[in-house]
This record gives sequence, C-alpha cells and structure tokens, in this order.
Amino acid sequence: MSAVPQSGSAARRIGAMVLRYYYLLRSSWPRVLELMYWPTVQMIIWGLVTLHLLSSSEWIAQAAGVLIAAVLLWDVLFRGQLGMSISFLEEMWSRNLGHLFVSPLRPAEWVVSLMTMSLLRTLIGIVPAALLAIPLYAFNVFTLGLPLLGFFCLLIMCGWWLALIVIAAILRYGMGAETLAWALVFLLAPVSAIYYPVDVLPGFAQVIAYALPAAHVFEGMRQLLFDGSFHVGHFLAGLALNLVYFALASLVFLAAFRNARATGALLQQGE
Amino acid sequence: MPDASPPSLPASPEAAALDRPAIEVRDLVKRYGAVTAVDRLSFTVPRGRTTALLGGNGAGKTTTISMLLGLVTPSSGSITVLGCDMLRHRYRVLPRMNFSSPYVDLPHRLTVRQNLTVYAHLYGVPDVARRIDTLAEALDLVGFLERPSGKLSAGQKTRVALAKALINMPDVLLLDEPTASLDPDTADWIRTYLERYQAERGATILLASHNMHEVERMATNVLMMKAGRVVDEGPPTALIGRYGRRNMEEVFLAIARAEVMPAVRGGFVE
Repeated sequence: MSAVPQSGSAARRIGAMVLRYYYLLRSSWPRVLELMYWPTVQMIIWGLVTLHLLSSSEWIAQAAGVLIAAVLLWDVLFRGQLGMSISFLEEMWSRNLGHLFVSPLRPAEWVVSLMTMSLLRTLIGIVPAALLAIPLYAFNVFTLGLPLLGFFCLLIMCGWWLALIVIAAILRYGMGAETLAWALVFLLAPVSAIYYPVDVLPGFAQVIAYALPAAHVFEGMRQLLFDGSFHVGHFLAGLALNLVYFALASLVFLAAFRNARATGALLQQGE
Repeated sequence: MPDASPPSLPASPEAAALDRPAIEVRDLVKRYGAVTAVDRLSFTVPRGRTTALLGGNGAGKTTTISMLLGLVTPSSGSITVLGCDMLRHRYRVLPRMNFSSPYVDLPHRLTVRQNLTVYAHLYGVPDVARRIDTLAEALDLVGFLERPSGKLSAGQKTRVALAKALINMPDVLLLDEPTASLDPDTADWIRTYLERYQAERGATILLASHNMHEVERMATNVLMMKAGRVVDEGPPTALIGRYGRRNMEEVFLAIARAEVMPAVRGGFVE
C-alpha cells in the first residue's frame, strides 16, 4: 500500500470512458449487428426505389445515386445523434452516474467520450452499407471525395448537438424523456430536405430549412452529384450554424447538469 | 490509453494544512424546495481516523455524503476536504477520495475486471493490471473477476464496490454500509482489511452504517444526526456512558425514538 495514486490526464479519463462503452459494445454481437442492420436495410430499399425511378424520373436520371447518398448521409446524422444518446442512456440504465461524477471525470470530458463513441458507432453502421451499395447498385459514395468528409463532419456534429439537447432533457425531466433519443431527430427530417430540394418546401418551411445545417448539407450533396461542383457557401453556412447550435446546446447541457447536481438527480436517476 | 502528463500529485493543499482536519463542514444547508434535508450542519473529521455518521432514515446522512462528494450542491455553507474548498476546487481533491455504497451500482454488463479497469483509468492509477490483481487477491475477487458485475451475489457486489472504492488508494474514504449483505465472517474480514488499510495509509474514513457493532469497533468518533442536524457527537464509549446505555444500538434507538432529547452538541434530557 505504498504507491501513491496519480491524478491522470483528461485524455486518459476520456480514454477510460471510451473503453467503458467499447467493453459494452463488445459484450454483445447482436448490438454490433444492429448498428449495421438498419443503414443496410434502408440503403437496399432506397436503391430499389432508385432503380424504379431511373426509368420514370428525369430528375433521378440525372444523378442515379442521389437517393442512396441521401439515405446514407441522413443516417450519419441519425446514428450520430443516437450513438451519443444511447451511450448516455447506458449510464442511466445502469445507475452509474453517481460513481462517475465522484471520480475526477469532468462533464466536458464525458461529453468528448460520448462523441467519440458516437463516431465509432456511426462508422460501424454506415461503412458496411456504403460498401454494399457498390456491388448492388454500382454507386460508390466514396467517389464524392473530400466533400463527402465535409458533409460527414457537418452531419455528425449536427447529431452531437441534438444529442446534447436530448441528454439535457433526460437529466432535467428524468427517464420519461427517454423517447426523445429516437424521436427528436425526426422532427428535423421534413425540413432537412433529405430526398428533395429545399424549394419543394412551402415558403415558411424553406426559412426553417436554411436555418438548419442538415438542409445545407443535402443541398450541397445534390449540387455535387448533379453539377459536379462543391458549393462552398452551403458548407460554410452549415458549419457556422453547427457551431452556433453546438455552443447553445452545450450551455443547455451544462445548465441541466448543474440542475442535476442541485436536485440530487445524479444519484437518483435510473429506470 | 494515452497519458501525456507526467506522473505527479495534484497540487497538494495537504502540505500547508497537515494539522487541519481531513473534512471540515461549516453551516451546511441543503433545501429541496420547502424541505430542509440538512440544516446548518457543522462538524469536522480528524485525519487518519474513522468517524461514523449515524441517524435514522431521512436524517440527512446520504445528502451530507453526496455534498461531501460533490454530487449534490449545498444551498449554503462550506465543505473543505484535505484543505481544498470542495465547492470551488473539487477536482483537485477528488483523485484522493473515493466512496462505496451498495445503493449505487456499477455497470451490470461489464465484468468485474472491466469495471475496475475503467475506474482505475479514471482515477489515473499507475500499473492498472497490478493494482486490480492486488485488490482481487486482498478482497477475494479472483474467482469472479471475469464475471459480469450484474451476475454477482449481493456479498460479491459489496466486495467489488469496496475494490472500486480502494482502486485509487484514497486518503479520504466515504463508506455507506460497507458490509451490507455480507455474512458475519466476511464482514469481520472486510473490517479488518479496512483497519489495516487505514493504519498503513493513514486514511480518513467517514462511515455511514446501521451496524452498531461495526460502529463501536471501527469509529473513534460518532456524529449522531437527526432531522438534518448533528444532535450529539463523541467517541462510542463516551456516548454510551453519557446516555447510560449498554451499547451504541441502545444509544441510537434512544435518540431515534426520542426517548432522550439531546441538546445539540452534547448533553441530554431524559
């Protein structure tokens, strides 16, 4: 009993939390399979729709992969948000927050570990579906090149700030708000212009759409597929909006966390 | 697991305040709406000793421990642990603290080893594998280190919780019912282990327990709580003598059932 414990670094504490979620993921192969299952099923369905529309839609015929690319990119946002929210919910389900927050782990470090797991879970889910689209529909989303990385970053960041809002709501209102982890993102889906251009939407909805980073990404994606040009304006607008919303969501999360400390919710939360 | 920082202790306030108590609580208040859970609570816990926090359900023990750990923010008052203001600088001292409670779970699907590994990294423990092996040997966890924590018996869970609480070799250990669900033999063994740990490490232990035999054996000082306040305190033998009872259980019952009305901080009226 002579060794003196060390305080460790932020990177080590973040690594510890990533390890915790990795152990959990690794412990159940159906969970890993489930991550890949839905993106793959959606890609297959939308690929078949594309095949049908190719012969009847001039718009689709201009860029055969537009719907498949849209479904894959939408899943980046959806899986990014869900991946972060689920890792948080794992702590709630196991009533582990009490142990975590008497350790030197800071809330910001915990959030970074949740984002890291969200990234891993999203890649596990999306990459197999994207690779399967190549032999099935002769569509290779990776040919979008560097802009694809930009779209990916903007959409997963969008998923992260949405997840921060979900986490804040659950910390504030308890497990009754758990459904938000699956439902909130679909509130944005109609105005994100995933499968259709923003100008299809009614006037007021177009204003809402352009206030969301996701709509800029999908407009940019269509422009890239139809014209072969990368619209820097959409990218920068998406980035700026993401930064603003991420900052606001962080404030909401911190307020909810402070409130949880004030009410004792960190010790009491659970199923 | 990356660790860029050189191994060094957090800026130790201990050097400047070695003569101060390990824990100093002053005028601590916690209100939940109209309910006052802790009411102008003040006490100190000397270094290297075991102090027991006793009281019936709703006395304010859990809220007090939660505030000491930084899990709950006080409505007012101050908490100093190892010379550090817990309300302003808790991250300086949290690496030197830990706690165990049978009422706060470890993740069920992770194995015992995985759980201990995660917490060892969170606390920045050097040589994680060796520390886990040492604790597993000492607390008799070897037979179920690879078993999911959710599949352990209540007694095994208590031992694992204690291993987690000792993973960082804390200077201040907060224990809530550390021997709950253990058979008398194992409970005795755990108490002996804790006493040895304290003697070797010079650790300070704050113990919340309903096992009065445990309190009489381990605690050098007892804080009796009722309605969010410390209504009396002293060494177990002094309390037993003061209340004219045979043991701490009778003292506890007398105060809890209000057979006596202790004046705050000593003295009582039959």
